[in-house]
Amino acid sequence: MVPLDYYLILSAIIFAIGVVGVLIRRNLIIVLMSIELMLNAVNLTFIAFANSLGSMDGQVIVFFVMAVAAAEAVIGLAIVISVFRHRQSLDPQEMQLLKW
Amino acid sequence: MDASLIPLLPGAQVLLTALVVMLLDLFIDEHERGLLAWISLLGLALCGAEAILLWGSSEGTFGDTLLLDNFALFFTQIFIAVAALTVLSSMRYVRETGIHEGEFYSLILFATTGMIVMAAANDLMVFFLGLETMSVAVYVLTGMWRSSARSSEAAMKYFLMGAFATGFLLYGIALIYGATGSTNLNQISAYLLEPQGQWPPYLFVGGLLLLVGFGFKVGAVPFHFWIPDVYEGAPTPVTGFMAVAVKAAAFAAWARILMHELSPLDSDWALPLRVLAIATMTIGNLLAISQPSVKRMLAYSSIAHAGYLLIGIVAGEEWGSTSLLFYLATYAPATFGAFAVITLLTEQDKPKEDYGHFAGLGFKRPFVAMAMSLFMLSLAGFPPLAGFTGKFHIFRSAIIAGHTDLAIIGVLNSLLSVIYYLRVIVMMYMNEGGVKGKSFIESPYLYTAVGLAAAATIYLGVLPMRTLEWSRSAFSSLF
Repeated sequence: MVPLDYYLILSAIIFAIGVVGVLIRRNLIIVLMSIELMLNAVNLTFIAFANSLGSMDGQVIVFFVMAVAAAEAVIGLAIVISVFRHRQSLDPQEMQLLKW
Repeated sequence: MDASLIPLLPGAQVLLTALVVMLLDLFIDEHERGLLAWISLLGLALCGAEAILLWGSSEGTFGDTLLLDNFALFFTQIFIAVAALTVLSSMRYVRETGIHEGEFYSLILFATTGMIVMAAANDLMVFFLGLETMSVAVYVLTGMWRSSARSSEAAMKYFLMGAFATGFLLYGIALIYGATGSTNLNQISAYLLEPQGQWPPYLFVGGLLLLVGFGFKVGAVPFHFWIPDVYEGAPTPVTGFMAVAVKAAAFAAWARILMHELSPLDSDWALPLRVLAIATMTIGNLLAISQPSVKRMLAYSSIAHAGYLLIGIVAGEEWGSTSLLFYLATYAPATFGAFAVITLLTEQDKPKEDYGHFAGLGFKRPFVAMAMSLFMLSLAGFPPLAGFTGKFHIFRSAIIAGHTDLAIIGVLNSLLSVIYYLRVIVMMYMNEGGVKGKSFIESPYLYTAVGLAAAATIYLGVLPMRTLEWSRSAFSSLF
């Protein structure tokens, strides 16, 4: 049996990769992928805790999170398309119309 | 397990209306779409009536994950009022800007459903679902003005920041779940009250991440940088909706989670929250002064007001919480009204939102200018308007709780804010020029919304006792 700490450390690392991806990548699609990575790291945390606590709550929550993540991805891609139509670019650095 | 459906009633009412509006939109002719706004208003009015009838009830359902108490009902009333005003003020605006009506109204209602769930949530997971129902709808609303590059850019920024914050919030929930073994607020608080040796370290990390997530959602400094851009780019009625209802929903959840259930951790919250409150007030006010656009100025002013609201959270106890609720009620009409006046100054999808565009408004539209002056004076905290009574109770609660320094900083900040609020009034009454007659949206409904907001601003300032009493009973229903 793998100890709980290993899972927590792994998910913390994945979460950190996601955060760094959101902050430094210059492509909106990859930024969206990084956000998904953050949410999946959280899912891993939930499952690890649910397993060690012996409660089903955490497992159920993961389904909710997955559903919400899917809804967010749909909205996010739709917004990316509407932004792309206006400026033919996916670089967030070029979004300067409103002072950032 | 009990499954009484009554606690779901207000939320379900709004959700049902949203679905009806969304479906009816498919079968209705282009020129008859105005009907959809009236159906939305009817649904909101029914929900308001239900909330009044249910006042005083205290019932949980679905294993106490959703709790209908006065606290939830108080916020439900605020959300419904703001949603109804938003619908009223956007009836002509959506036509001028080419926003699709059916989707617009149903998204407003979906967002309102999410807020009602947030205020009633007694479980971190249900709170999260409400938050996402609200956020996803508001992301779309921000980008609804498809022909405007600014609107879609604002939607993109809002979405990225919102989803990013959601990640932090959810990670915080996960760690708290791991530490306490439950997401139910009652069980979390029972765990925290148990005398024991050591809490696992990730409980504090989880609490901190939750705080960061909330900071993003209410726009507290240093997590505020997205607010001005998003508020400026979004269609103006949506900005009003965001500045008032979305902020109130975030504070509702914050109050329920931090002030009551996690109160055993009070001593650990106190310092970061104090720093957050001081920074949010001061930086919001300082940046608001130098803005060339009134809409952007109001965005920074809403950041500053989030700072005042944080004082209420820091003060805590009965007074802090009561004044927090009351302040939200007084902040709502003035802020929404100010955005409604900016909505009024729209000329065929060209927004007129700079200070210069307000010049001479006092002579061209005396009543509108008078209402705008009321809103500005109320936000600055002049007696006898709503903003004054709200600020008075917030600062008083800080002094009672022994945070005199916070109260002093708050008063100094209010003085600072007078500079930019009065600038609008000076522009309207002492300058010539500005926009021409055809630059106004001449809609009786929009005028009604402005009038209602002005009436509420005066009412809450002159006769605050009843609302204050409601705030108090809303707060005491938490225990």
